[in-house]
Amino acid sequence: MDAAAAKYIGAGLAVFALFGVGLGIGNIFSALITSVARNPSARDAVFPLGILGFALTEAVALFALLIAFLILFT
Amino acid sequence: MAAAESSIDALGQFKLEHALGAVGASVNFTNSNVMMLIAGGLILALLYYGMRPKAIIPGRLQALAEIAYDGIYSMCHEQIGEEGKAYFPFIFTLFFFVMMGNLLGLLPFSFTYTSHIAVTFGLALIVIVVATVVALKIHGWHFFTYFFPEGAPKALAPIIIPVEVISYLSRPISLSIRLCANMVAGHVMFEVFASFIVMMAASSMLGHFGIVAAIGPMALNVMLMGFELLVAFLQAYVFAILTCIYLHDAVHLH
Repeated sequence: MDAAAAKYIGAGLAVFALFGVGLGIGNIFSALITSVARNPSARDAVFPLGILGFALTEAVALFALLIAFLILFT
Repeated sequence: MAAAESSIDALGQFKLEHALGAVGASVNFTNSNVMMLIAGGLILALLYYGMRPKAIIPGRLQALAEIAYDGIYSMCHEQIGEEGKAYFPFIFTLFFFVMMGNLLGLLPFSFTYTSHIAVTFGLALIVIVVATVVALKIHGWHFFTYFFPEGAPKALAPIIIPVEVISYLSRPISLSIRLCANMVAGHVMFEVFASFIVMMAASSMLGHFGIVAAIGPMALNVMLMGFELLVAFLQAYVFAILTCIYLHDAVHLH
């Protein structure tokens, strides 16, 4: 198998991690919506935490994407 | 670079170029530094010209300056507590430096200086060093009990302490890579979809249909620009609030 083909396969495998990240982000926002639905006045307290959780989970997605780019382009 | 050069050059946009001709080349003054100076100038101009009217009922620019100040101040105060006031200038500078870097990169023909790991790792290193020095100054040697939470069984100490130390040292790495990878990914997607537009419109196989179909990637790029505006603000906010959380850990709970 030559290097270019191996790079494409490697980059494709590296993004498998995004499956878990998608589940995680869905969980965060499902919890956010449920908590606001139960207690609408908590929205201002809960929303910043939800956004922080989303950004931290998205960081894991970007770690995987970074590995994919590193494999693909170097 | 065998995989890239066949079609799309996605990473060439992050290359540094000398800015001021011969003078710039001799001191390595690059387009990244130009954007940093512009960002600093914009923030100072916002605060200076925003607060010049000093009106009780603020006009639009003064309201913007006051919201910026008050937003970061209340974030510091809420996260770190009473001592948060001392770290407010640091958090303010961090937040606006990162946000201006992210936002200025969205303009055409400009450069995102936060897309380089050198810049973001430098900022993350500053954050961790400041947090550790503050913790050592306030708590002295008691700081090292942070790595062994009380109430944990002493027999597990050889496992817990290395894990805690590693997770503490991984903070600057995650902080820097989060910001850098977000910016790189956004700009690479811009470049890829823009290349699709050109490739589809110029394709001899698709002909005139290609020019019409190229509106697809262009619409996608427009939506992506909206998303990147959100990401620019969000990543700056996350950087600042994680710094506040680390400073909270440094000041209390040790």
